[in-house]
Amino acid sequence: MWMTRVLSAALLMLGLAAAPAAADSSPSPSASGDSSAPTSAGTSFRTATEIEQGQQATASGSTGDYLYWSFPADAGQRPTVKATVKLPAAHAAQTWQIDVYDGLRRRQACQYGAQTRTAAPGTASVDLACTLRTVRAWSEAWANDPLPGTYYIRLTVVNLATADLGQPIGASVQADAKDIGGSAAVDGSLAKPLVPGIAVTSKSQSDEGDSSKSAVLSSIEPEDGWASGWWSDRWVWTAVGAALAALAGIGGYALTRGAGRPSRMPPGA
Amino acid sequence: MIRRQRLAAGVCALLAALAAGIAFPAAATAGEPTGEATAKVDLVLDVSGSMRTRDIDGGTRMAAAKQAFNEVLDATPEEVQLGIRTLGANYAGNDQKTGCKDTAQLYPVSTLDRTEAKTAVATLSPTGWTPIGPALLKAADDLNGGTGSKRIVLISDGEDTCAPLDPCEVAREIAAKGIGMTIDTLGLVPNTKMRKQLSCIAEATGGTYTSVEHADELTDRVNQLVDRAADPVVTPVATEGAAQCTDAPTLKSGLYTDREEFGQQRFYRVDVNPGQELRASVSVAADRAVNPDYGVLLRAVTVKGREIVRGEGTGNGRTDVISTGLRYPRAESDDDNAPAETVCLQVTNSFSAASGVKATPGLPLELTVDVVSGPSHAGDVASFGLGRGWWLLGVLVLVGFLAGLIWGWLSRWRVAVWRTN
Repeated sequence: MWMTRVLSAALLMLGLAAAPAAADSSPSPSASGDSSAPTSAGTSFRTATEIEQGQQATASGSTGDYLYWSFPADAGQRPTVKATVKLPAAHAAQTWQIDVYDGLRRRQACQYGAQTRTAAPGTASVDLACTLRTVRAWSEAWANDPLPGTYYIRLTVVNLATADLGQPIGASVQADAKDIGGSAAVDGSLAKPLVPGIAVTSKSQSDEGDSSKSAVLSSIEPEDGWASGWWSDRWVWTAVGAALAALAGIGGYALTRGAGRPSRMPPGA
Repeated sequence: MIRRQRLAAGVCALLAALAAGIAFPAAATAGEPTGEATAKVDLVLDVSGSMRTRDIDGGTRMAAAKQAFNEVLDATPEEVQLGIRTLGANYAGNDQKTGCKDTAQLYPVSTLDRTEAKTAVATLSPTGWTPIGPALLKAADDLNGGTGSKRIVLISDGEDTCAPLDPCEVAREIAAKGIGMTIDTLGLVPNTKMRKQLSCIAEATGGTYTSVEHADELTDRVNQLVDRAADPVVTPVATEGAAQCTDAPTLKSGLYTDREEFGQQRFYRVDVNPGQELRASVSVAADRAVNPDYGVLLRAVTVKGREIVRGEGTGNGRTDVISTGLRYPRAESDDDNAPAETVCLQVTNSFSAASGVKATPGLPLELTVDVVSGPSHAGDVASFGLGRGWWLLGVLVLVGFLAGLIWGWLSRWRVAVWRTN
């Protein structure tokens, strides 16, 4: 009786653990052929154009503009930002750069990728990339680890000849993320993601007026919402480890008891 | 029986916690309607004599501008109030004093009547001087009032001809006076000097500069700028930081602007209750020619002057802003009546400029403050103290096996002892 109860409880726990696992893993951010991708860029943190992960956003601008986009990144993801700039037919050498900032407008380091690249005179386009560190669910206030929330992309030319100023360019950016999984799972979580203006947003949430034309600093959110932060594959590892330990325990115990009754013993003896 | 009830209650609590965990973040990030204000745009068109030059797609610059204006007027969104101002349209003489006052409002900033505006544009013919500075000042007056975003779009084909008044400084003063005022500039077939002047005007207000060689480029760009004005943006609240924390203004969650001169420091105060987290970010914009090494420092200090946490940002090269941020989670308190702690935010910048550059008005500073509930704390490096990896499995299996072995031996020995007794 007691055994069955424990067993059913264990099964229930396993089911609970597995359900969010399935929900967590299915919607991987993949490039979808969407027609709703933004075709403009902002010119400051305040006006940054919001894009989804996997969306290819385009914008036309002028050489010398500072173009801003923002995208959401959640715990356990390692975002990679890629940008391509189409340059005018004739130009001198110019250096382009992408910078990524987190929701607190702190510059985030790139692990790999050509963050800065110089286009030789007459080159048609320049490709830039930046792979951030893995986004942690929590870090100490004194660290500047990437945390879940809004991320800003700034694309600009950092070195150019005056004659090239104001020439028409086309830019496209895309933010993707690789799911790093349980190896990056840390204890703790933020009460709210690092989305600028979230304190103002949640306060006045009750008075829903004209929702179509509202201005917020950042209304960004991943497609399937922010992760609640309690799930990681460490649960599976630990549970499997415990089960194996139990089996090994039984095995060890059985070893000391020998093979039980001798097999040559006649039945009923 | 009791045990079963407990188990059921536990499962219920777990489910409830799960549901809450899933539901809560989704609910917390809904849109927020702010007081809607109409966007205003003033198109400032150069109608100086040089607009007669035939070098844009075989036509005159004026013809290109008129064509562009007609198309822009057709495409202007309903919610944008649009006005048109000319410079150098009326005085053809040689007197600089009179020529430099020659700016007129062709169409007032108001809800657009397309035919009326188009008729007004059709009457223009290239005439006089290029008083960019005075025209910008008047355009800023045109846009006065209201809380929406304000944008001046300056279209010119030559540099300012009214020497002592530097249009670049005029632009900076305009930006310092009005909140959310941006000047975008377009240069028609520009030369180097003009590029420098127009991009200086744009940079002074956080606007953009574009060179135009073809008529369709002009249309596209002006349309883009008008559309940009129509996008709803959060308008920051003007505040003025103090030199000491004791005199500093107390800020709530929101977006603020201020001005900070070279080498100046600004203090602001924020009240943080126990269990709340303060998030602040600051950006200082380079709206004039600055030396290529710069930085910004944001410190959270107690009233007594002890530093709690700091954010630093440094950089070099061409930039529009330098920014940094910090967060300060305040621990939960057992005492329900624990008072709010006053945190002083100190902002300093290390921008510098060559000796000729004016220091006033200060550099534009933008400050966001968010005080959110719930501090975060962690007891372990790993998630819930759980482990992962083959080493973990190996250790667990080994320990389990040894435990089984020892238990087996122990029980055998016990049975043997019991038998002999």
